Amino acid sequence: MAIDGNKWQSKVRSDFPILSTKVYNKPLVYFDNAATTQKPKQVIRAITDYYEKENCNIHRGVHFLSVKATEAYEDARCAIRDFIHAKHAHEIIFTRGTTEAVNLVADSFGKKFIAEGDEVITSVMEHHSNFVPWQQMCLERKATLRFIPLLEDCSLDIPAFRELITEKTRLVAITHISNVLGTINPVKEIIALAHLSNIPVLIDGAQGVAHMTVDVQDLDPDFYCFSGHKMYAPMGIGVLYGKEKWLEEMPPYQMGGEMIKDVFFTHTTFNELPFKFEAGTPNVEGVLGLHAAIRYIHETGMDQIEVYEKELLDYATQRLLGIEGLKIYGTSPHKASLISFLLHNVHPYDAGMIIDKMGVAVRTGHHCAMPLMEYLKIPGTIRASFAFYNTKEEIDRLVEAVEKAKEMLS
Amino acid sequence: MTIPEIEAEIVSEFSLFDDWMDKYNYLIDLGKSLPVIDPKYKTDQYLISGCQSQVWLFAEYREGKAFYSADSDAIITKGIVNLLIRVLSDQSPGDIINADLSFIDHIGLREHLSPTRSNGLNSMIKQMKLYAVVFQTKYQ
Repeated sequence: MAIDGNKWQSKVRSDFPILSTKVYNKPLVYFDNAATTQKPKQVIRAITDYYEKENCNIHRGVHFLSVKATEAYEDARCAIRDFIHAKHAHEIIFTRGTTEAVNLVADSFGKKFIAEGDEVITSVMEHHSNFVPWQQMCLERKATLRFIPLLEDCSLDIPAFRELITEKTRLVAITHISNVLGTINPVKEIIALAHLSNIPVLIDGAQGVAHMTVDVQDLDPDFYCFSGHKMYAPMGIGVLYGKEKWLEEMPPYQMGGEMIKDVFFTHTTFNELPFKFEAGTPNVEGVLGLHAAIRYIHETGMDQIEVYEKELLDYATQRLLGIEGLKIYGTSPHKASLISFLLHNVHPYDAGMIIDKMGVAVRTGHHCAMPLMEYLKIPGTIRASFAFYNTKEEIDRLVEAVEKAKEMLS
Repeated sequence: MTIPEIEAEIVSEFSLFDDWMDKYNYLIDLGKSLPVIDPKYKTDQYLISGCQSQVWLFAEYREGKAFYSADSDAIITKGIVNLLIRVLSDQSPGDIINADLSFIDHIGLREHLSPTRSNGLNSMIKQMKLYAVVFQTKYQ
């Protein structure tokens, strides 16, 4: 299925007000979508509507507004359940983002299930958010963190992963898509392998949900974490999906507010799922914004998004490889729409400065994956990450900017 | 030349540039012309770690003045480092401590000093001044 580029662009680009911004007197080219995506006006409107028409604290009030806002909040939970094809709405826990979701599991699951001498497996390609919580939890509990290495094309070495699984392994935590390399990991296979030994698996889906259909009943992870702001929703809202059986057994992560059932002077009883893990007044605007983003993705069509972003990736790969001395990091055949690269003998920071001056927003540096940079023995990369509102003309502008950087710096 | 005189000289040099490209080409040239630091100082002890680019800075005190040498792995950072050394090296610790370095604003490179740039330059200026404080306390 090919996409009519012009028709597609005129439909979606007008939904994102920021895309008509100019930087340095040039139309903005926004290729930092893996850091955060832009927001369509439908999402922005959902947030302003909430504050103009529905704002109030939820769950506890009996008045009209509170009931209305509570319904909207719980409707959003159901929409997210459907979005990732979860079995139950109470398996959807709202968090501040992927980072908090991973921290919640590391802390709570760690306390209950990880003891001295146990092992947790992650990979060398992880974002710090799916790395440091495990590292620190393992240090605290005197457990060991093991790392899946990479193959030449920067995909995970699955035979090595099999070797890492032992009777001491208590959890596997892996990213769905690498935020640096774009590699789409074979998470279904990883989960199936781990489940053979009854080991639960957490998937960092921060880069996953915005670019592909995720079905947690098909993939079968025990936990799946993602952030709203990387899928066209506001910042400060994220989701932890967890299988009921684990969430029931895990102790609360933070105390106070909605997660309380009864409080006595000597002890407290905790609320049921999902509220047990949602302490404090929730981020209602974030949740409603996330719901609006999901509606927007449905209207645009995830299948269409996937096809179009693949077209962008292929076009950008081919154009960038036309630049002599440019090396792409991450060449797995299964790749999401982002490209990390370096120019021969050019520091990524320098190249990023020039590319920025050309009006193209890319990211340079270690992308919060310092262990991966150490593993690849590079100081960082230049990363261009695409979303469905980007165009091939914008990729041409990137290529022009990279060529300018190369000319000035080498 | 005093620190304000050197700053004024740099501002007048930069006023000749019409656009960002000329300015960056000049910074790149300055980066390339920075005398390379003695490799024995290119160690973690002298490293000012930024999030994106790194700077190594060495300072010594001779006859009432501080002298700096430095290096960076990124050429544009190195160009700016070169300017800072031109302004602050071979000056008295007291003058270095009091330097306001407003030339950075005037030549439009303030963005390089914002904390989000994380290129180590902010820390480098602090470190240069810290050396001056140490020299002043120790020798004067």
